[in-house]
Amino acid sequence: MTVLDERSRYLRGLIIDALEGGGRGHVGSALSLVEIVRVLYDDVLRVRPDQPDWTDRDRFILSKGHGCLGLYVLLADKGFFPKEELLRQCKAGALLGGHPETHIPGVEASTGALGHGLNIGIGMALAARMQKRPSRVFVVLGDGELNEGSVWEGLMCAAKHKLSNLVVMVDSNKMQSYGRVEEVMDLGPLPVKFAAFGCAVREVDGHDVQALREVFAGLPADGDKPTAIICHTVKGKGISFCENDATWHHKASFKAELAGKMRAALETI
Amino acid sequence: MRQQALDMVHELARRDSRVVFIGSDLGPGVLDGMRREFPDRFFMEGVSEANIIGMAAGLAMDGYIPYVNTIATFLTRRCYEQLAIDLCLHNLPVRLISNGGGMVYAPLGPTHLATEDLAIVRALPNMSVVAPADETEMIRMMGVSLDLRGPLYIRVGKGNEPVVTGHVPDFAFGKAVPLRSGRDVVLISTGAQTGQTLKAADLLAEAGLSAGLLHLPTVKPLDRDAILAAAVATPLLVSVEEHTLIGGLGSAVADVLADAGVLKPLLRLGLPDAYPTGYGSQEYLLGQAGLLPGQIAARVQERLATLS
Repeated sequence: MTVLDERSRYLRGLIIDALEGGGRGHVGSALSLVEIVRVLYDDVLRVRPDQPDWTDRDRFILSKGHGCLGLYVLLADKGFFPKEELLRQCKAGALLGGHPETHIPGVEASTGALGHGLNIGIGMALAARMQKRPSRVFVVLGDGELNEGSVWEGLMCAAKHKLSNLVVMVDSNKMQSYGRVEEVMDLGPLPVKFAAFGCAVREVDGHDVQALREVFAGLPADGDKPTAIICHTVKGKGISFCENDATWHHKASFKAELAGKMRAALETI
Repeated sequence: MRQQALDMVHELARRDSRVVFIGSDLGPGVLDGMRREFPDRFFMEGVSEANIIGMAAGLAMDGYIPYVNTIATFLTRRCYEQLAIDLCLHNLPVRLISNGGGMVYAPLGPTHLATEDLAIVRALPNMSVVAPADETEMIRMMGVSLDLRGPLYIRVGKGNEPVVTGHVPDFAFGKAVPLRSGRDVVLISTGAQTGQTLKAADLLAEAGLSAGLLHLPTVKPLDRDAILAAAVATPLLVSVEEHTLIGGLGSAVADVLADAGVLKPLLRLGLPDAYPTGYGSQEYLLGQAGLLPGQIAARVQERLATLS
Protein backbone atom coordinates (compact mmCIF):
# COMPACT_ATOMS: atom_id res chain seq x y z
CA MET A 1 0.00 0.00 0.00
CA THR A 2 1.39 3.37 -1.03
CA VAL A 3 1.96 5.82 1.83
CA LEU A 4 0.74 9.34 1.11
CA ASP A 5 3.13 12.19 1.77
CA GLU A 6 2.33 15.58 3.25
CA ARG A 7 1.38 17.21 -0.05
CA SER A 8 -0.99 14.40 -0.98
CA ARG A 9 -2.63 14.71 2.44
CA TYR A 10 -2.86 18.48 2.05
CA LEU A 11 -4.61 18.16 -1.32
CA ARG A 12 -7.04 15.65 0.13
CA GLY A 13 -7.70 18.11 2.94
CA LEU A 14 -8.70 20.67 0.31
CA ILE A 15 -11.08 18.13 -1.22
CA ILE A 16 -12.70 17.60 2.16
CA ASP A 17 -12.98 21.37 2.60
CA ALA A 18 -14.71 21.59 -0.78
CA LEU A 19 -17.10 18.75 0.03
CA GLU A 20 -17.99 20.43 3.29
CA GLY A 21 -18.30 23.88 1.77
CA GLY A 22 -20.36 22.79 -1.19
CA GLY A 23 -22.34 20.27 0.82
CA ARG A 24 -22.01 17.60 -1.84
CA GLY A 25 -19.72 15.99 -4.36
CA HIS A 26 -18.15 12.90 -5.83
CA VAL A 27 -15.78 11.59 -3.21
CA GLY A 28 -14.13 8.28 -4.07
CA SER A 29 -13.41 9.15 -7.68
CA ALA A 30 -11.75 12.43 -6.71
CA LEU A 31 -9.59 10.81 -4.05
CA SER A 32 -8.28 8.14 -6.42
CA LEU A 33 -7.12 10.83 -8.85
CA VAL A 34 -5.07 13.05 -6.58
CA GLU A 35 -1.57 11.80 -7.25
CA ILE A 36 -2.13 11.55 -11.02
CA VAL A 37 -3.27 15.15 -11.28
CA ARG A 38 -0.74 16.35 -8.71
CA VAL A 39 2.25 14.93 -10.54
CA LEU A 40 0.94 16.24 -13.85
CA TYR A 41 0.55 19.80 -12.58
CA ASP A 42 3.62 19.78 -10.33
CA ASP A 43 6.07 18.12 -12.67
CA VAL A 44 4.80 17.47 -16.17
CA LEU A 45 2.31 19.87 -17.74
CA ARG A 46 3.64 22.96 -19.47
CA VAL A 47 0.93 25.41 -18.48
CA ARG A 48 0.79 29.02 -17.30
CA PRO A 49 -1.78 29.68 -14.56
CA ASP A 50 -1.64 33.40 -15.31
CA GLN A 51 -2.18 32.73 -19.03
CA PRO A 52 -4.55 29.75 -19.24
CA ASP A 53 -5.00 30.08 -23.02
CA TRP A 54 -1.29 30.21 -23.85
CA THR A 55 -1.19 28.59 -27.28
CA ASP A 56 1.74 26.24 -26.73
CA ARG A 57 0.46 24.85 -23.42
CA ASP A 58 -0.09 21.17 -22.82
CA ARG A 59 -3.76 20.25 -22.65
CA PHE A 60 -5.23 18.31 -19.76
CA ILE A 61 -8.73 16.85 -20.03
CA LEU A 62 -10.41 15.19 -17.09
CA SER A 63 -12.70 12.98 -19.13
CA LYS A 64 -14.05 11.36 -15.97
CA GLY A 65 -15.45 14.74 -15.09
CA HIS A 66 -17.12 13.56 -11.90
CA GLY A 67 -13.68 13.42 -10.30
CA CYS A 68 -13.51 17.19 -10.68
CA LEU A 69 -12.68 17.94 -7.05
CA GLY A 70 -9.37 16.20 -7.66
CA LEU A 71 -8.73 18.66 -10.50
CA TYR A 72 -10.15 21.75 -8.84
CA VAL A 73 -7.82 21.49 -5.85
CA LEU A 74 -4.78 21.38 -8.13
CA LEU A 75 -6.00 24.27 -10.29
CA ALA A 76 -6.65 26.32 -7.15
CA ASP A 77 -3.33 25.33 -5.64
CA LYS A 78 -1.55 26.42 -8.83
CA GLY A 79 -3.35 29.76 -8.85
CA PHE A 80 -5.73 29.34 -11.80
CA PHE A 81 -8.44 30.66 -9.47
CA PRO A 82 -8.66 31.54 -5.75
CA LYS A 83 -8.83 28.67 -3.27
CA GLU A 84 -11.94 30.21 -1.72
CA GLU A 85 -13.86 29.10 -4.79
CA LEU A 86 -13.47 25.51 -3.64
CA LEU A 87 -15.69 26.19 -0.66
CA ARG A 88 -18.60 27.33 -2.84
CA GLN A 89 -18.54 24.49 -5.37
CA CYS A 90 -21.98 23.49 -6.63
CA LYS A 91 -23.64 26.51 -4.99
CA ALA A 92 -25.81 28.91 -6.96
CA GLY A 93 -23.60 31.40 -8.78
CA ALA A 94 -20.38 29.51 -8.02
CA LEU A 95 -17.44 29.28 -10.40
CA LEU A 96 -17.16 25.54 -9.83
CA GLY A 97 -19.86 22.98 -10.50
CA GLY A 98 -20.16 19.25 -10.06
CA HIS A 99 -18.42 18.65 -13.37
CA PRO A 100 -15.66 20.70 -15.05
CA GLU A 101 -16.65 23.40 -17.52
CA THR A 102 -14.52 25.54 -19.77
CA HIS A 103 -15.50 28.80 -18.11
CA ILE A 104 -13.21 27.69 -15.27
CA PRO A 105 -9.65 28.88 -15.87
CA GLY A 106 -7.48 25.87 -16.68
CA VAL A 107 -10.33 23.58 -17.75
CA GLU A 108 -9.84 22.62 -21.40
CA ALA A 109 -13.11 20.75 -22.04
CA SER A 110 -16.48 20.53 -20.36
CA THR A 111 -16.94 16.93 -19.31
CA GLY A 112 -19.29 14.92 -17.16
CA ALA A 113 -21.03 12.72 -19.67
CA LEU A 114 -18.54 9.91 -20.04
CA GLY A 115 -16.77 8.94 -23.21
CA HIS A 116 -16.15 12.41 -24.63
CA GLY A 117 -12.76 13.60 -23.40
CA LEU A 118 -10.54 11.24 -25.36
CA ASN A 119 -12.20 12.12 -28.67
CA ILE A 120 -11.87 15.84 -28.02
CA GLY A 121 -8.27 15.25 -27.00
CA ILE A 122 -7.61 13.50 -30.31
CA GLY A 123 -8.74 16.62 -32.15
CA MET A 124 -6.45 18.73 -29.98
CA ALA A 125 -3.51 16.41 -30.55
CA LEU A 126 -4.08 16.51 -34.31
CA ALA A 127 -4.35 20.30 -34.18
CA ALA A 128 -1.06 20.55 -32.28
CA ARG A 129 0.69 18.42 -34.87
CA MET A 130 -0.83 20.32 -37.82
CA GLN A 131 0.13 23.65 -36.26
CA LYS A 132 3.61 22.34 -35.39
CA ARG A 133 3.10 23.16 -31.72
CA PRO A 134 4.92 21.24 -28.98
CA SER A 135 1.68 20.83 -27.02
CA ARG A 136 0.91 17.42 -25.62
CA VAL A 137 -2.56 16.25 -24.67
CA PHE A 138 -3.22 14.30 -21.49
CA VAL A 139 -6.61 12.68 -20.96
CA VAL A 140 -7.69 10.92 -17.79
CA LEU A 141 -10.45 8.33 -18.11
CA GLY A 142 -12.15 6.32 -15.43
CA ASP A 143 -12.28 2.58 -15.75
CA GLY A 144 -16.08 2.69 -15.57
CA GLU A 145 -15.85 5.14 -18.44
CA LEU A 146 -14.17 2.46 -20.53
CA ASN A 147 -17.64 0.89 -20.86
CA GLU A 148 -18.40 3.62 -23.43
CA GLY A 149 -17.89 2.58 -27.03
CA SER A 150 -16.70 6.04 -28.03
CA VAL A 151 -13.49 5.41 -26.05
CA TRP A 152 -12.61 2.50 -28.27
CA GLU A 153 -13.57 4.41 -31.41
CA GLY A 154 -11.16 7.08 -30.23
CA LEU A 155 -8.32 4.67 -29.52
CA MET A 156 -8.52 3.27 -33.04
CA CYS A 157 -8.39 6.80 -34.41
CA ALA A 158 -5.50 7.86 -32.18
CA ALA A 159 -3.46 4.84 -33.21
CA LYS A 160 -4.25 5.34 -36.90
CA HIS A 161 -2.89 8.88 -36.69
CA LYS A 162 0.14 7.81 -34.64
CA LEU A 163 -0.64 10.46 -32.05
CA SER A 164 2.46 10.18 -29.93
CA ASN A 165 1.63 13.57 -28.42
CA LEU A 166 -1.47 12.02 -26.82
CA VAL A 167 -1.35 10.38 -23.41
CA VAL A 168 -4.38 8.40 -22.32
CA MET A 169 -4.47 7.64 -18.63
CA VAL A 170 -6.88 5.37 -16.83
CA ASP A 171 -7.59 6.09 -13.19
CA SER A 172 -8.16 2.41 -12.67
CA ASN A 173 -9.68 2.23 -9.23
CA LYS A 174 -11.56 -0.95 -10.14
CA MET A 175 -14.88 0.51 -8.97
CA GLN A 176 -17.75 2.19 -10.74
CA SER A 177 -20.95 3.71 -9.48
CA TYR A 178 -22.81 0.49 -8.80
CA GLY A 179 -19.89 -1.53 -7.53
CA ARG A 180 -16.83 -3.43 -8.68
CA VAL A 181 -15.93 -3.01 -12.34
CA GLU A 182 -15.27 -6.72 -12.52
CA GLU A 183 -18.90 -7.40 -11.68
CA VAL A 184 -20.65 -4.54 -13.49
CA MET A 185 -18.76 -4.81 -16.79
CA ASP A 186 -15.54 -6.74 -16.66
CA LEU A 187 -12.88 -4.91 -18.64
CA GLY A 188 -10.64 -7.93 -18.86
CA PRO A 189 -6.90 -7.47 -19.31
CA LEU A 190 -6.67 -3.73 -19.85
CA PRO A 191 -2.98 -3.58 -20.86
CA VAL A 192 -3.62 -6.18 -23.53
CA LYS A 193 -6.68 -4.32 -24.78
CA PHE A 194 -4.90 -0.98 -25.02
CA ALA A 195 -1.94 -2.60 -26.75
CA ALA A 196 -4.29 -4.31 -29.20
CA PHE A 197 -5.84 -0.93 -29.95
CA GLY A 198 -2.44 0.43 -30.91
CA CYS A 199 -1.18 2.14 -27.77
CA ALA A 200 2.20 1.92 -26.12
CA VAL A 201 1.14 0.76 -22.67
CA ARG A 202 2.58 1.51 -19.27
CA GLU A 203 1.27 0.50 -15.88
CA VAL A 204 1.98 2.32 -12.67
CA ASP A 205 0.85 2.62 -9.09
CA GLY A 206 -1.31 5.70 -9.44
CA HIS A 207 -0.60 6.81 -5.88
CA ASP A 208 3.18 6.44 -6.09
CA VAL A 209 4.39 9.93 -6.87
CA GLN A 210 7.91 8.91 -7.81
CA ALA A 211 6.71 6.07 -10.02
CA LEU A 212 4.32 8.42 -11.80
CA ARG A 213 7.14 10.92 -12.39
CA GLU A 214 9.27 8.20 -13.93
CA VAL A 215 6.52 7.09 -16.30
CA PHE A 216 5.89 10.65 -17.43
CA ALA A 217 9.61 11.22 -17.87
CA GLY A 218 9.59 8.42 -20.43
CA LEU A 219 7.04 10.06 -22.74
CA PRO A 220 6.34 9.45 -25.47
CA ALA A 221 6.63 5.76 -24.78
CA ASP A 222 6.78 5.14 -28.53
CA GLY A 223 7.31 7.80 -31.18
CA ASP A 224 4.66 6.25 -33.43
CA LYS A 225 1.93 5.51 -30.93
CA PRO A 226 -0.29 7.17 -28.38
CA THR A 227 0.69 6.24 -24.86
CA ALA A 228 -1.76 4.57 -22.52
CA ILE A 229 -0.89 4.67 -18.83
CA ILE A 230 -2.96 2.42 -16.64
CA CYS A 231 -2.77 3.94 -13.20
CA HIS A 232 -3.71 1.41 -10.57
CA THR A 233 -5.50 3.33 -7.87
CA VAL A 234 -7.82 2.90 -4.93
CA LYS A 235 -11.21 4.52 -4.97
CA GLY A 236 -11.46 6.73 -1.91
CA LYS A 237 -7.69 6.50 -1.37
CA GLY A 238 -6.46 8.00 1.87
CA ILE A 239 -9.68 7.87 3.87
CA SER A 240 -9.89 4.36 5.24
CA PHE A 241 -13.66 4.08 5.44
CA CYS A 242 -14.15 5.46 1.93
CA GLU A 243 -11.74 3.10 0.25
CA ASN A 244 -13.30 0.59 -2.13
CA ASP A 245 -16.78 1.41 -0.88
CA ALA A 246 -19.27 2.19 -3.65
CA THR A 247 -21.48 4.15 -1.27
CA TRP A 248 -18.72 6.80 -1.23
CA HIS A 249 -18.91 7.35 -5.00
CA HIS A 250 -21.08 10.41 -4.54
CA LYS A 251 -22.65 12.20 -1.62
CA ALA A 252 -25.60 14.42 -2.49
CA SER A 253 -25.83 15.60 1.09
CA PHE A 254 -22.45 15.97 2.71
CA LYS A 255 -22.81 16.83 6.37
CA ALA A 256 -20.15 18.63 8.38
CA GLU A 257 -19.70 15.66 10.68
CA LEU A 258 -18.58 13.58 7.69
CA ALA A 259 -15.89 16.15 7.02
CA GLY A 260 -14.69 15.79 10.59
CA LYS A 261 -14.51 12.02 10.30
CA MET A 262 -12.67 12.25 6.99
CA ARG A 263 -10.12 14.71 8.41
CA ALA A 264 -9.54 12.45 11.39
CA ALA A 265 -9.05 9.46 9.10
CA LEU A 266 -6.65 11.44 6.95
CA GLU A 267 -4.49 12.24 9.97
CA THR A 268 -4.12 8.60 10.91
CA ILE A 269 -2.43 7.55 7.68
CA MET B 1 -26.75 19.27 -53.77
CA ARG B 2 -24.33 17.17 -51.73
CA GLN B 3 -21.75 17.34 -54.49
CA GLN B 4 -21.95 21.13 -54.52
CA ALA B 5 -21.59 21.21 -50.74
CA LEU B 6 -18.49 19.04 -50.88
CA ASP B 7 -17.01 20.96 -53.79
CA MET B 8 -17.45 24.08 -51.71
CA VAL B 9 -15.57 22.50 -48.79
CA HIS B 10 -12.62 22.06 -51.15
CA GLU B 11 -13.01 25.63 -52.37
CA LEU B 12 -13.24 26.95 -48.80
CA ALA B 13 -10.14 24.94 -47.89
CA ARG B 14 -8.29 26.82 -50.63
CA ARG B 15 -9.52 30.14 -49.30
CA ASP B 16 -8.93 29.47 -45.62
CA SER B 17 -6.29 27.31 -43.98
CA ARG B 18 -8.57 26.69 -41.00
CA VAL B 19 -10.94 24.50 -43.04
CA VAL B 20 -10.66 20.73 -42.55
CA PHE B 21 -12.90 17.93 -43.80
CA ILE B 22 -13.90 14.87 -41.81
CA GLY B 23 -15.91 12.04 -43.32
CA SER B 24 -16.97 8.80 -41.69
CA ASP B 25 -16.77 5.98 -44.22
CA LEU B 26 -17.99 7.71 -47.36
CA GLY B 27 -18.01 6.37 -50.88
CA PRO B 28 -14.72 5.88 -52.69
CA GLY B 29 -13.29 9.00 -54.24
CA VAL B 30 -15.24 11.53 -52.17
CA LEU B 31 -13.33 14.82 -52.20
CA ASP B 32 -10.29 13.18 -53.77
CA GLY B 33 -9.22 16.54 -55.12
CA MET B 34 -9.10 18.03 -51.64
CA ARG B 35 -7.37 14.95 -50.29
CA ARG B 36 -4.63 15.35 -52.89
CA GLU B 37 -4.29 19.11 -52.50
CA PHE B 38 -4.58 19.26 -48.70
CA PRO B 39 -3.78 15.78 -47.35
CA ASP B 40 -3.25 17.16 -43.85
CA ARG B 41 -6.75 18.64 -43.75
CA PHE B 42 -8.64 15.65 -45.12
CA PHE B 43 -9.79 12.96 -42.70
CA MET B 44 -11.74 9.76 -43.35
CA GLU B 45 -12.25 8.22 -39.95
CA GLY B 46 -14.43 5.18 -40.37
CA VAL B 47 -17.83 4.34 -38.98
CA SER B 48 -17.33 6.15 -35.70
CA GLU B 49 -19.61 9.16 -35.51
CA ALA B 50 -19.13 9.76 -31.79
CA ASN B 51 -15.38 9.90 -32.25
CA ILE B 52 -15.64 12.10 -35.31
CA ILE B 53 -17.73 14.74 -33.57
CA GLY B 54 -15.43 14.78 -30.55
CA MET B 55 -12.40 15.00 -32.80
CA ALA B 56 -14.00 17.85 -34.74
CA ALA B 57 -14.64 19.62 -31.45
CA GLY B 58 -11.01 19.27 -30.40
CA LEU B 59 -9.83 20.62 -33.76
CA ALA B 60 -12.26 23.54 -33.52
CA MET B 61 -11.07 24.34 -29.99
CA ASP B 62 -7.63 24.89 -31.45
CA GLY B 63 -8.63 27.08 -34.34
CA TYR B 64 -9.89 24.84 -37.14
CA ILE B 65 -13.27 24.92 -38.88
CA PRO B 66 -14.21 21.29 -39.47
CA TYR B 67 -16.79 20.33 -42.09
CA VAL B 68 -18.14 16.89 -41.19
CA ASN B 69 -20.05 14.77 -43.65
CA THR B 70 -22.05 11.58 -43.42
CA ILE B 71 -25.62 10.32 -43.69
CA ALA B 72 -28.11 12.47 -41.78
CA THR B 73 -29.42 9.78 -39.46
CA PHE B 74 -25.94 8.84 -38.32
CA LEU B 75 -24.87 12.46 -37.97
CA THR B 76 -27.77 13.21 -35.63
CA ARG B 77 -29.25 10.25 -33.78
CA ARG B 78 -26.06 8.23 -33.56
CA CYS B 79 -24.01 10.95 -31.90
CA TYR B 80 -26.62 13.24 -30.41
CA GLU B 81 -24.84 13.59 -27.10
CA GLN B 82 -21.63 14.52 -28.90
CA LEU B 83 -23.53 17.19 -30.82
CA ALA B 84 -25.00 18.51 -27.59
CA ILE B 85 -21.90 18.48 -25.43
CA ASP B 86 -18.85 18.51 -27.66
CA LEU B 87 -20.21 21.02 -30.18
CA CYS B 88 -23.11 22.97 -28.71
CA LEU B 89 -22.08 23.30 -25.07
CA HIS B 90 -18.64 24.46 -26.23
CA ASN B 91 -20.25 26.52 -29.02
CA LEU B 92 -17.72 25.48 -31.64
CA PRO B 93 -17.68 26.28 -35.38
CA VAL B 94 -18.20 22.76 -36.69
CA ARG B 95 -20.34 22.32 -39.83
CA LEU B 96 -22.42 19.18 -40.24
CA ILE B 97 -23.17 18.31 -43.86
CA SER B 98 -26.02 15.91 -43.47
CA ASN B 99 -26.73 13.67 -46.45
CA GLY B 100 -30.26 12.66 -47.22
CA GLY B 101 -32.42 14.87 -45.06
CA GLY B 102 -35.98 13.58 -45.10
CA MET B 103 -36.74 10.48 -47.16
CA VAL B 104 -33.96 10.61 -49.74
CA TYR B 105 -32.89 7.09 -48.88
CA ALA B 106 -36.41 5.71 -49.30
CA PRO B 107 -35.39 2.38 -50.84
CA LEU B 108 -33.07 1.69 -47.92
CA GLY B 109 -35.75 1.74 -45.27
CA PRO B 110 -36.36 3.56 -42.02
CA THR B 111 -32.86 3.17 -40.57
CA HIS B 112 -31.72 5.66 -43.22
CA LEU B 113 -34.62 8.11 -43.18
CA ALA B 114 -33.88 11.39 -41.41
CA THR B 115 -37.41 12.45 -40.63
CA GLU B 116 -36.83 14.03 -37.21
CA ASP B 117 -33.42 15.60 -37.75
CA LEU B 118 -34.62 19.20 -37.77
CA ALA B 119 -36.53 18.70 -34.53
CA ILE B 120 -33.67 17.23 -32.60
CA VAL B 121 -30.91 19.50 -33.82
CA ARG B 122 -32.90 22.69 -33.44
CA ALA B 123 -33.58 21.78 -29.81
CA LEU B 124 -29.88 22.18 -29.04
CA PRO B 125 -28.73 25.57 -27.77
CA ASN B 126 -26.19 27.33 -30.03
CA MET B 127 -26.96 25.07 -33.01
CA SER B 128 -27.95 26.83 -36.21
CA VAL B 129 -29.90 24.88 -38.81
CA VAL B 130 -30.09 25.45 -42.55
CA ALA B 131 -31.79 23.55 -45.37
CA PRO B 132 -31.04 24.99 -48.82
CA ALA B 133 -33.64 24.41 -51.53
CA ASP B 134 -31.32 23.71 -54.41
CA GLU B 135 -27.72 23.54 -55.59
CA THR B 136 -27.44 27.27 -56.19
CA GLU B 137 -28.56 28.09 -52.71
CA MET B 138 -26.30 25.39 -51.26
CA ILE B 139 -23.26 26.96 -52.91
CA ARG B 140 -24.16 30.41 -51.63
CA MET B 141 -24.90 29.12 -48.15
CA MET B 142 -21.59 27.26 -48.01
CA GLY B 143 -19.79 30.48 -48.84
CA VAL B 144 -21.45 32.17 -45.90
CA SER B 145 -20.98 29.20 -43.56
CA LEU B 146 -17.29 29.84 -43.04
CA ASP B 147 -17.80 32.85 -40.82
CA LEU B 148 -20.89 31.82 -38.87
CA ARG B 149 -20.53 31.52 -35.12
CA GLY B 150 -21.11 28.20 -33.42
CA PRO B 151 -22.16 24.82 -34.80
CA LEU B 152 -24.21 24.55 -38.00
CA TYR B 153 -26.41 21.72 -39.23
CA ILE B 154 -26.81 21.61 -43.00
CA ARG B 155 -29.68 19.48 -44.31
CA VAL B 156 -28.85 18.16 -47.76
CA GLY B 157 -31.43 16.97 -50.28
CA LYS B 158 -31.11 14.23 -52.85
CA GLY B 159 -29.66 16.43 -55.57
CA ASN B 160 -30.87 17.69 -58.92
CA GLU B 161 -33.67 19.59 -57.26
CA PRO B 162 -35.14 22.27 -59.53
CA VAL B 163 -33.31 25.55 -59.04
CA VAL B 164 -35.81 27.92 -57.49
CA THR B 165 -33.42 30.43 -55.93
CA GLY B 166 -31.50 31.37 -59.06
CA HIS B 167 -32.63 34.98 -58.89
CA VAL B 168 -31.76 35.41 -55.22
CA PRO B 169 -28.67 37.63 -54.97
CA ASP B 170 -27.00 36.04 -51.95
CA PHE B 171 -27.58 33.81 -48.97
CA ALA B 172 -28.68 35.88 -46.00
CA PHE B 173 -28.35 33.73 -42.88
CA GLY B 174 -31.50 33.83 -40.76
CA LYS B 175 -33.58 35.49 -43.46
CA ALA B 176 -36.60 34.12 -45.27
CA VAL B 177 -36.68 34.14 -49.05
CA PRO B 178 -40.06 35.26 -50.43
CA LEU B 179 -40.31 33.30 -53.66
CA ARG B 180 -43.82 34.36 -54.52
CA SER B 181 -46.35 36.72 -53.03
CA GLY B 182 -49.98 35.76 -52.60
CA ARG B 183 -53.22 37.04 -51.15
CA ASP B 184 -55.21 33.85 -50.53
CA VAL B 185 -52.62 31.71 -48.82
CA VAL B 186 -48.91 31.73 -48.01
CA LEU B 187 -47.06 28.44 -48.20
CA ILE B 188 -44.00 28.13 -46.00
CA SER B 189 -41.35 25.54 -46.73
CA THR B 190 -37.70 24.70 -46.32
CA GLY B 191 -35.04 22.62 -48.01
CA ALA B 192 -35.71 20.47 -51.03
CA GLN B 193 -39.42 20.58 -50.27
CA THR B 194 -39.50 24.17 -51.46
CA GLY B 195 -39.28 22.97 -55.07
CA GLN B 196 -42.31 20.72 -54.56
CA THR B 197 -44.16 23.50 -52.82
CA LEU B 198 -43.49 25.93 -55.64
CA LYS B 199 -45.15 23.47 -58.02
CA ALA B 200 -48.09 23.33 -55.62
CA ALA B 201 -48.28 27.13 -55.73
CA ASP B 202 -48.40 26.90 -59.53
CA LEU B 203 -51.27 24.43 -59.34
CA LEU B 204 -53.14 26.70 -56.95
CA ALA B 205 -52.60 29.61 -59.34
CA GLU B 206 -54.06 27.50 -62.14
CA ALA B 207 -57.07 27.00 -59.91
CA GLY B 208 -57.43 30.76 -59.61
CA LEU B 209 -55.89 31.14 -56.16
CA SER B 210 -53.17 33.61 -55.27
CA ALA B 211 -50.67 31.48 -53.35
CA GLY B 212 -47.53 32.98 -51.90
CA LEU B 213 -44.41 31.00 -51.03
CA LEU B 214 -42.04 31.86 -48.24
CA HIS B 215 -38.89 29.75 -48.33
CA LEU B 216 -37.05 29.43 -45.03
CA PRO B 217 -33.54 28.17 -45.80
CA THR B 218 -32.56 28.97 -42.22
CA VAL B 219 -34.70 26.90 -39.87
CA LYS B 220 -32.88 28.18 -36.81
CA PRO B 221 -32.81 31.05 -36.14
CA LEU B 222 -36.15 31.46 -37.82
CA ASP B 223 -37.12 34.69 -39.57
CA ARG B 224 -39.95 35.67 -37.23
CA ASP B 225 -40.64 38.98 -38.91
CA ALA B 226 -41.21 37.36 -42.29
CA ILE B 227 -43.59 34.78 -40.81
CA LEU B 228 -45.57 37.38 -38.90
CA ALA B 229 -45.76 39.58 -42.00
CA ALA B 230 -47.10 36.64 -43.99
CA ALA B 231 -49.66 35.96 -41.27
CA VAL B 232 -50.94 39.52 -41.50
CA ALA B 233 -51.19 39.45 -45.28
CA THR B 234 -53.22 36.26 -45.79
CA PRO B 235 -56.07 34.28 -44.23
CA LEU B 236 -54.14 30.99 -44.17
CA LEU B 237 -50.58 29.85 -43.60
CA VAL B 238 -49.49 26.41 -44.73
CA SER B 239 -46.22 24.84 -43.65
CA VAL B 240 -44.83 22.09 -45.84
CA GLU B 241 -41.98 19.87 -44.72
CA GLU B 242 -40.42 16.51 -45.42
CA HIS B 243 -40.18 15.89 -41.70
CA THR B 244 -42.31 14.69 -38.83
CA LEU B 245 -44.93 17.19 -37.75
CA ILE B 246 -43.43 17.00 -34.27
CA GLY B 247 -40.85 19.70 -33.76
CA GLY B 248 -40.03 20.65 -37.31
CA LEU B 249 -40.72 23.67 -39.48
CA GLY B 250 -44.47 23.74 -38.85
CA SER B 251 -43.93 23.54 -35.12
CA ALA B 252 -41.41 26.35 -35.31
CA VAL B 253 -43.84 28.51 -37.28
CA ALA B 254 -46.58 27.75 -34.76
CA ASP B 255 -44.23 28.79 -31.97
CA VAL B 256 -43.65 32.14 -33.67
CA LEU B 257 -47.37 32.76 -34.07
CA ALA B 258 -48.20 31.69 -30.53
CA ASP B 259 -45.42 33.74 -28.99
CA ALA B 260 -46.57 36.81 -30.91
CA GLY B 261 -50.18 36.25 -29.90
CA VAL B 262 -51.23 35.92 -33.53
CA LEU B 263 -54.25 33.69 -34.05
CA LYS B 264 -54.03 32.54 -37.61
CA PRO B 265 -55.15 29.32 -39.26
CA LEU B 266 -52.04 27.23 -39.87
CA LEU B 267 -52.23 24.04 -41.89
CA ARG B 268 -49.19 21.94 -41.13
CA LEU B 269 -48.28 19.44 -43.83
CA GLY B 270 -45.57 16.94 -43.05
CA LEU B 271 -45.04 13.37 -41.96
CA PRO B 272 -47.21 11.58 -39.42
CA ASP B 273 -45.80 10.27 -36.15
CA ALA B 274 -44.90 6.92 -37.69
CA TYR B 275 -41.97 5.27 -39.44
CA PRO B 276 -42.47 5.40 -43.19
CA THR B 277 -43.04 2.02 -44.80
CA GLY B 278 -42.99 0.81 -48.34
CA TYR B 279 -39.52 1.60 -49.81
CA GLY B 280 -39.82 2.57 -53.49
CA SER B 281 -38.57 6.09 -54.02
CA GLN B 282 -38.51 9.41 -52.20
CA GLU B 283 -41.35 10.51 -54.42
CA TYR B 284 -43.34 7.39 -53.58
CA LEU B 285 -43.01 8.01 -49.85
CA LEU B 286 -43.84 11.70 -50.29
CA GLY B 287 -46.98 10.58 -52.08
CA GLN B 288 -47.83 8.25 -49.21
CA ALA B 289 -47.60 11.25 -46.91
CA GLY B 290 -49.62 13.54 -49.18
CA LEU B 291 -46.66 15.80 -49.91
CA LEU B 292 -46.54 15.77 -53.71
CA PRO B 293 -47.47 19.07 -55.38
CA GLY B 294 -50.96 18.01 -56.45
CA GLN B 295 -51.71 16.64 -53.01
CA ILE B 296 -50.40 19.78 -51.32
CA ALA B 297 -52.57 21.96 -53.58
CA ALA B 298 -55.63 19.83 -52.90
CA ARG B 299 -55.14 19.92 -49.13
CA VAL B 300 -54.69 23.68 -49.24
CA GLN B 301 -57.90 24.10 -51.23
CA GLU B 302 -59.79 21.85 -48.82
CA ARG B 303 -58.64 23.95 -45.91
CA LEU B 304 -59.37 27.23 -47.65
CA ALA B 305 -62.89 25.94 -48.31
CA THR B 306 -63.43 25.50 -44.60
CA LEU B 307 -62.42 29.11 -43.98
CA SER B 308 -64.79 30.72 -46.41
